[in-house]
Amino acid sequence: MSAHVVPRRIYFTVFTLLMVLTFATVQASNLDLGRWALVVALVIACVKATMVMLWFMHVKYSSRLIPLGLVGGFVWLMLLLGIVFSDYLSRGWVPYPGK
Amino acid sequence: MTPTSATSHQGEPHAHQFVDAAQQAHAATLGMWAFLITEILFFGGLLTAYAVYRWMYPEAWADASSELDLGLGAFNTAVLIGSSLTMALAVHGAQTGSRREQISMLLMTILLGGVFLGVKVVEYSQKFEHHLVPGAHFRFPGAEAPHAELFFGMYFGLTGLHAAHMIVGLGLLLWLLAGALRGRWTPDYATPVENVGLYWHFVDIVWIFLFPLLYLVHRH
Repeated sequence: MSAHVVPRRIYFTVFTLLMVLTFATVQASNLDLGRWALVVALVIACVKATMVMLWFMHVKYSSRLIPLGLVGGFVWLMLLLGIVFSDYLSRGWVPYPGK
Repeated sequence: MTPTSATSHQGEPHAHQFVDAAQQAHAATLGMWAFLITEILFFGGLLTAYAVYRWMYPEAWADASSELDLGLGAFNTAVLIGSSLTMALAVHGAQTGSRREQISMLLMTILLGGVFLGVKVVEYSQKFEHHLVPGAHFRFPGAEAPHAELFFGMYFGLTGLHAAHMIVGLGLLLWLLAGALRGRWTPDYATPVENVGLYWHFVDIVWIFLFPLLYLVHRH
């Protein structure tokens, strides 16, 4: 079997960057960013998750089938959130009789 | 025609339905990923409920979130990222055939996973002491109390489901450790270490999202 062996140096670099980003997300939460606070927190979390997947989980070195399936999984999650929120956000937009 | 047996092809042994050991390993990786993708949606249902209630009751979410211990949450985030590093190194040990690295790194991962759950026990017991566990004894000042109770329901649901995954992960790590001690994981057969590694990193990713969503709501 010929799995791609990732050099240890890369693991240590990714770990260090993940720690820096963890520090950054805590610091950012102290700033008065208003509604952007959630966006900043989620963007940092997505960057961290992507780094874990690419290097710790070897997606960068895997066959194309893995990222394809992975993107599919997130598309389904977005469908779930999207359809649920298209309901909640649009409630009250159109008045209807009896209410 | 010679019958296909487990070792009829050249190279490493593999089950007869696979062309070679590389294809077998690839199939195992793909299967593990398919499972993890279903796990995204397993947590996704709860996360969607979280998102809806956060959108409905932003003030309650901000007040209730500030009751969580940010220091412990951040510490646990660091611990879990550290355990992901040691897990990745354990996989490195299996792929390079270093039994020493496998054993030491699996032990470190188990230790860090144990620390995470230990901190979680401390946090949970604080919530019980502060009457922040949803139910008959829930106490929260102000008119937002019922919605703060919802937040803590989401908090215990999400972190509880995550902790359950950690406990399963620790069991798998102990099994890997037993195998490493007997020298079962080699560059020719590292698949179990790699796949448990994928699971462990997935659990880390879930926490990477839970930490800002639960501990960092509107803190300024």
